Amino acid sequence: MFYREAGQFKTSYKADQAVFPIFQDRIFVAIWLFLGFVVVPMLANEYVFRAIFIPVIIMALAAIGLNLLVGYCGQVSLGSGAFMAVGAYAAYNFMIRIPELNPLICFLLGGLSATVVGVIFGIPSLRIKGFYLAVATLALQFFTDWTFSRIDWFTNYTPSGSIAVQPVEVWGFVFDSPIRKYLLCLTVLVIFTVIAKNLVRGRIGRAWMATRDMDVAAEIIGIRPIYAKLSAFAVSSFFIGVAGALWAYVHLGSWEPLAFDINLSFSILFMVIIGGLGSIVGGMLGATFITLLPLFLNQLPIWLGINMSTAMVSHLEYMIFGGLIIFFLAVEPLGLARIWQITKEKLRLWPFPH
Amino acid sequence: MNDTERKLGPTILKADNISLAFGGVKALTDISFEVKEHEILAIIGPNGAGKSSMLNVINGVYHPNAGSVTYRGNVRQQMKPHEAATQGIARTFQNIALFKGMSVLDNIMTGRTLKMHAGFLAQCLYVGRARNEEIQHRKKVEEIIDFLQIQSIRKTPVGRLPYGLQKRVELGRALASEPVLLLLDEPMAGMNIEEKEDMSRFILDVNDEFGTTIVLIEHDMGVVMDLSDRIVVLDYGKKIGDGTPTEIRNNKEVIDAYLGVSD
Repeated sequence: MFYREAGQFKTSYKADQAVFPIFQDRIFVAIWLFLGFVVVPMLANEYVFRAIFIPVIIMALAAIGLNLLVGYCGQVSLGSGAFMAVGAYAAYNFMIRIPELNPLICFLLGGLSATVVGVIFGIPSLRIKGFYLAVATLALQFFTDWTFSRIDWFTNYTPSGSIAVQPVEVWGFVFDSPIRKYLLCLTVLVIFTVIAKNLVRGRIGRAWMATRDMDVAAEIIGIRPIYAKLSAFAVSSFFIGVAGALWAYVHLGSWEPLAFDINLSFSILFMVIIGGLGSIVGGMLGATFITLLPLFLNQLPIWLGINMSTAMVSHLEYMIFGGLIIFFLAVEPLGLARIWQITKEKLRLWPFPH
Repeated sequence: MNDTERKLGPTILKADNISLAFGGVKALTDISFEVKEHEILAIIGPNGAGKSSMLNVINGVYHPNAGSVTYRGNVRQQMKPHEAATQGIARTFQNIALFKGMSVLDNIMTGRTLKMHAGFLAQCLYVGRARNEEIQHRKKVEEIIDFLQIQSIRKTPVGRLPYGLQKRVELGRALASEPVLLLLDEPMAGMNIEEKEDMSRFILDVNDEFGTTIVLIEHDMGVVMDLSDRIVVLDYGKKIGDGTPTEIRNNKEVIDAYLGVSD
């Protein structure tokens, strides 16, 4: 079937403003959902769930969250690891201190705690921009690292400072097997993706993009910068906070403050940049790329039958990974999402050149 | 030019003894003028005369060091730009200030921000008010798109458009808020004759059809003389002339400022 919009006439603005105005796109998304919810659970094994699907999905959630802030609102943040930490530790504390609460509610409360922190640390964005703002958010990263390793109350006075949790149980249903965890994460991702898409295509998303593209003009139109920027910080940190809670509870199971250090912030930012700034699908593509590439590079020598020491493999992995990132950004600075978009535009005309 | 047939309303905007200085540089000194409702007022003057500063004072980007602005009967000292927007003041910029990453449609839709009131949750789910609002405002935006004859480019990112069209989209974005007072900062800068004619026609139509009061800055004297009801002339931050195009044309001080003094 050709990817065409010819013959698909829209007779109402409602139809024209649909997320996927082109019929083939809707089929495509339906196929993806079918693959995700039906085919993958039937085919994948435990290792694949644990090593690939679950981390990719949770990271995609975090990357979409950060993309709302960096890609849509134009506020650079290096504090994603911190927001994930806040989400994780807040969810943990809600769960042990109010055991009657539904864990899913605790995850959301973890996200809301990240929102509060995000809004507070977003206040500098009203005065400073760009690199300076990135440095200010970096402060948050160090602040949370310190808080969660020094203030024992947050870790419930565990002697080692690390936390181990039981599998999540909702209404007697235990998310203990990888397949259940996978379906939980995927459901959360789908819901949050829909919310993100709805926000960016509406008034608030336009306010964010206007602030990003030309803040003076945005203000003259009537968009209050404090509202646009802080709401972006709030929504973004909520997404990242929920991702953090999932990362801790569903993916890690036990963790220490180092799990949410600056490296995590950087990888999420890379996901957003490589995936494509200002694109929801970009967050997903970026998360997939950044999570899978090291795994792939790690396995490559084995597949090729080359005998190498593990140290050599991991060093090569770092080098090739770095090289590929530079290559990608040089070839397509707008990221994987842009490549995807160009492909679609080409497909619309294919096989004719114009 | 045609002020005999058009009736101007009462004074809508009044600047009283406005002075503005940036450090030691005096941008505006003791400027007073009035704008009547439905009027097209042009502010002219050589480069650096303080024209753009004057517009910035009117819509709250700059706060004058002395003097006050009276808009629709309210005297104001300090005002933020978004507050000016809520009171119906819209503007375009000398250097195009469109949202480059967004489509024409989204740019103009952004102009209607203040008219949209859907709650956050409704927007998250794109239901109820949020959805209805989007569609209802889309209709309004399409009217503006029709008015400016930019139907074919509505989904194009504005960064890809040629200069003349970008200026037109910027006018559209300003119109989207249904302003009472429209400030245009050099709407025809860098355009060719044909584009200038189009833009002049749009400006006259806006004034005529929607009754919008327009204050514009322009360097093309032909355009200024033809379009405006009244002209205010600034030079070195001071007002040196104020009157109908005919009066300005024969004002000695203005001629001196533009052509230099012969003696």
